[in-house]
Amino acid sequence: MTDEPLIYDLSSPGRRGVRAPLPQFEPVDPTEALPTSELRTDLPLPEASEIDVMRHFLRLSHKNHSVDTAMYPLGSCTMKYNPKVNEVTARTPGLADIHPCQPPATAQGALELIYELEALLASITGFPAVSTQPAAGSQGELCGLLSILAWHQSRGEARTQVLVPDSAHGTNPATGTMSGLEVISLPTADDGGIDLQNLKERLGPGAAAIMLTLPSTLGLFERRILEVVELVHAAGAQVYCDGANMNAMLGRVRPADLGIDVMHLNLHKTFSTPHGGGGPGAGALAVQAHLEPFLPGPRVVRNGEVFELADPPPTSIGRVHSHLGNFGNLVRAYTYIRSLGAEGLREAADDAVLNANYLRASLSDDYDLPYDRICMHEVVLAGTRQRRLGVRTLDIAKRLIDYGIHPPTIYFPIIVDEALMIEPTETESRESLDNFIDVMRRIAREAESDPDKLHDAPVNAPVRRLDEVTANRRPNVRRVPEGGD
Amino acid sequence: MSYAPNTDADRAAMLRTVGVESIDDLFVDIPVQHRDPTLDLPPALPETDVIRHLAELGARNATSSDLPSFLGAGFYRHFVPALVDQQLLRSEWYTAYTPYQPEMAQGTLQAMYEFQSLVCDLTGMDVSNASLYDGASALAEAVLLCRGLTRRPRVVIADTVHPAYRDVAATYVSALDVDLHVVSAACRDATSVRPDLQPLVNAIDDQTSCVVIQRPDFLGMVVDPDPVIQAAREHGARVVVVVGDPVSLGLLVPLGDLGADIVVGELRSLAGPPAYGGPGAGMFAVRSELIRRVPGRIAGRTMDLDGKNAFVLTLQTREQHIRRERATSNITTNQALVTLGATISLCALGRRGLREIAEQSLTAAHRAAEALAGAGAVIASDAPYVNEFAVHAPGGAAARLERLRKEGNVLAGIDLGCVSPTFDDLILVAATELTTADDVEALASAWAQTQ
Repeated sequence: MTDEPLIYDLSSPGRRGVRAPLPQFEPVDPTEALPTSELRTDLPLPEASEIDVMRHFLRLSHKNHSVDTAMYPLGSCTMKYNPKVNEVTARTPGLADIHPCQPPATAQGALELIYELEALLASITGFPAVSTQPAAGSQGELCGLLSILAWHQSRGEARTQVLVPDSAHGTNPATGTMSGLEVISLPTADDGGIDLQNLKERLGPGAAAIMLTLPSTLGLFERRILEVVELVHAAGAQVYCDGANMNAMLGRVRPADLGIDVMHLNLHKTFSTPHGGGGPGAGALAVQAHLEPFLPGPRVVRNGEVFELADPPPTSIGRVHSHLGNFGNLVRAYTYIRSLGAEGLREAADDAVLNANYLRASLSDDYDLPYDRICMHEVVLAGTRQRRLGVRTLDIAKRLIDYGIHPPTIYFPIIVDEALMIEPTETESRESLDNFIDVMRRIAREAESDPDKLHDAPVNAPVRRLDEVTANRRPNVRRVPEGGD
Repeated sequence: MSYAPNTDADRAAMLRTVGVESIDDLFVDIPVQHRDPTLDLPPALPETDVIRHLAELGARNATSSDLPSFLGAGFYRHFVPALVDQQLLRSEWYTAYTPYQPEMAQGTLQAMYEFQSLVCDLTGMDVSNASLYDGASALAEAVLLCRGLTRRPRVVIADTVHPAYRDVAATYVSALDVDLHVVSAACRDATSVRPDLQPLVNAIDDQTSCVVIQRPDFLGMVVDPDPVIQAAREHGARVVVVVGDPVSLGLLVPLGDLGADIVVGELRSLAGPPAYGGPGAGMFAVRSELIRRVPGRIAGRTMDLDGKNAFVLTLQTREQHIRRERATSNITTNQALVTLGATISLCALGRRGLREIAEQSLTAAHRAAEALAGAGAVIASDAPYVNEFAVHAPGGAAARLERLRKEGNVLAGIDLGCVSPTFDDLILVAATELTTADDVEALASAWAQTQ
């Protein structure tokens, strides 16, 4: 594939793209309205024709792999099919062309949708209260920890630590720091679960919460979850669940029933709102009743047949979004849940878990399996056997690109050497999984017979491996104008 | 129905490979007493029915076609060229994720690099990230950056910064040792309002990590920020500027030239309709010396093994997946698709198009103000403005807005009581290049009718 020039290189002085609307009024000269000193003299934007802009971005799009192209088994990201009907409903004029400041009386349908979505998510997770305000999972984490801290404070307690397993997503410790907490790392036990003895030792009077991922990033359900919850509660701390992996649990278990206090959901994972090349996501937060007074606001409430926006109570942690969150994605998630119903959601979890176990069983002869037990929606393999042949997990990943498959998440969780974290999702067919298995086996053979094929990969992608060292050392993060800095 | 393609025969064969008898056997790690709850959900709807149901919900909202709208305050109804949504519906864009594997994501990465370049061009800053969630969280992250940089506890923030942004910044720092000090930056007389930066200047001291102002400010006013910037320099504080309407950047002096250290703002208006306030896209641009403290993703240009131009996520050691509790932020997923829309929109509008829609917005607002004045209104803004201004509403903004809607069938603006209780007799009116002469006539006659 050839280089695509920057849009700036397609620019030519005086060339026009789209036309502005016809004037509706006698023009006001900006120099009459504003002091000349406030007006810019130069606007260094590209000047390209509409067709050039269209072709430029179309050609760029061709350089992307996507779920609609082929399998994308990126662990912990739930790259499932994004139903097209969701894009239709999100573009309904009455749900798209509405302004966040219009009075609630003129946005009853939007408020009802938020209210109903929160109720659906409450049913699915078992928590009595849900806020769909957080814009993504990480912001949900921040709201969750701040709510827990506010709850402790309401009881006259100032707790300063958060316990985070060493297998956790990086967002968990980062959120701990943003919440002003000291992050205490918990080692993982030999069976991939939480080490209860160790937990007991670290659960001191300063512990505000534990953040655990369920199923864990090893793709395993925490078998000692009830004991963990009991220990944490006995120490006066709260249990936060990172719900990035909720796809494994739909209709099989409600996290609230396990005694968990607060959980965020990634609507762009479990509930199929598209990943958008890196967002927008949406990160609903679900809590037990004792934490509801602390949820971010404003919240949608029902008053008879009318939906209203209630200001947050004084106990609330406050706002985390300029309005009511990523509403367009709430429309998509609502559409998805209404399309599937209870049975469909459970079927999604069942097939997601079956697909992951099918990969586990089919690939364990060719790759090391650090935790050899039934997994949930994802399986973590290790390229340790291949490393002895001089091939790294990175090489395996890059070779997958040559076969037209997006690599799994690699080198994560960080506690697994040469990790390959594979999440097929429920929307891959058996044939698609068989193709993946076949390719992974072929790569294992290549590692034995022709390791350089892996070292050189990819050779069939738009570019070969990149010089990331120079990119970091001398960052070039914008096009520098001619004659400019 | 779950969009899952496997048949029962597939499942049976796969279960044999796994070595279990039933799917239930895969869930045995869940405590038995909590397994298999009944979910209380409405029945599944086929595509046709779910579309109809959502259309019914949509029909209960008033769109800008139903009611002429002069609502702004961060979300403006701007012209978004048709090719933008055609591109955003391409699977290669919207069904991909964060470009962790750059060889398979050169499209997303180059688009990010072009977005960053456009933001730098528009703002006059050196470095832009690939976006944060929205304007509000971008401000919160800017405040956190300055705190980490200066190790000073105090933040001075003008009350003419978007009130919801101020609230979000307060939430983000609530568990940290930060003193968020909101200072008046506009003064009143009976019917008018004008900028007054002196209290802001006075509030900046040697413990101030940053001062936050908005431009155009939340009331739409454009004021020379130089006194504030000079005071900040004297005390070693950083200057954070929130952009009101991003289209105003096509007209106003770049903020980097004015001395901003960090520029944040909301870019949704460039990418699509307001969507009830989200998903937006938070702009975050800084001077080059701050690059290693920036939160979120940044795309960088590099080369592949063959020396071919290529793009990659760069400076990742700032980020949570590498640095964990020492990361610059916890953000992971950002608003890539919205920023792609803004990028394509800016490219299609180009140098002249952006300038034209900025000028048309300015024209529409000034003509709307004239029409309102002709209908007996007192224009309260006693300062230059681009496309948003305040009108005096004797007897209170809230009551007048309700009458304007119910009796005049127009969404005339926003109650400025949200900025300060002393502003609750002011209405914030915004216009853009999509505001028609009919809309302005409707506004003026509604005003006259509700005197």
